[in-house]
Amino acid sequence: MTVSTMPFLLELVVSLFLIAGALFALIGSIGLARLRDFFMRLHGPTKASTLGLGCLLVGSLLYFSFQRGTVSVHEAIVTVFLFATAPVSAHMMAKAALFRGVGKGGPSRNYPDR
Amino acid sequence: MTWLQRWLPHPLFTGFLVLLWLLMNQFSFAHLLLGSVLAVVISLVTQPFWPERSRVKYPGKLLVYLGRLLLDILKSNLVVARRILFQSDDLKPGFFTYPLSLTDDFAVTMLASTISLTPGTVSAHYDREGRTLLIHCLHLDDEEALIQDIHRRYELPLQEIFDD
Repeated sequence: MTVSTMPFLLELVVSLFLIAGALFALIGSIGLARLRDFFMRLHGPTKASTLGLGCLLVGSLLYFSFQRGTVSVHEAIVTVFLFATAPVSAHMMAKAALFRGVGKGGPSRNYPDR
Repeated sequence: MTWLQRWLPHPLFTGFLVLLWLLMNQFSFAHLLLGSVLAVVISLVTQPFWPERSRVKYPGKLLVYLGRLLLDILKSNLVVARRILFQSDDLKPGFFTYPLSLTDDFAVTMLASTISLTPGTVSAHYDREGRTLLIHCLHLDDEEALIQDIHRRYELPLQEIFDD
């Protein structure tokens, strides 16, 4: 594939998306390492990492759409599925943790007693 | 039940699957055929999982809702990022129960997903009998204000969209 030169502006936008995506993913990972209990750590993957990946995918979408001359839809599909499934997995993990009593007596207040 | 209804219980879903298959592959007649067969089989097999038919009354409003959701996701990420980086030791996490006024299963799913994607909240349990959502919040400051906010920003629009 011949790599056509991209206009500077597009290059800039793609790089911005990549950097923003990487930053959000990094922050999500820092959260995973620093937060104190299971339920707090759950917030990292559902938000920061989802948006981080979303940004990376938008960057990829712009880049490959330009390179191939057609709109690259794979990334769009991946993004949609990512945003639709991340909350579900978070919900299931939270449910399982509640069921097993993970983090009881931890920093999270109002732990439901059932 | 007509012949068509039996084979295509969820025509929109089936159409979506065919479209998805074609988008993921190069367009050709063979793929159209394969995609159609897969779409029909998958929608038949997954039919028992569909609780009931939810009707989107106002697709336009749904688009507006999704647009605003995207903005809120961006904003909530900035908020959560700041909390993780700068105040991870003074966070006061906690659970609270959110009283639902939605009844439609799909609308509740949308609301729970929305809650998980936006400011510092993750939905943890859906109590079908008591009609409440259990929500974990990264920094629980003012429970009442948060409940009001979720109700106004997300639940009311969803109620309108699904005419619930």
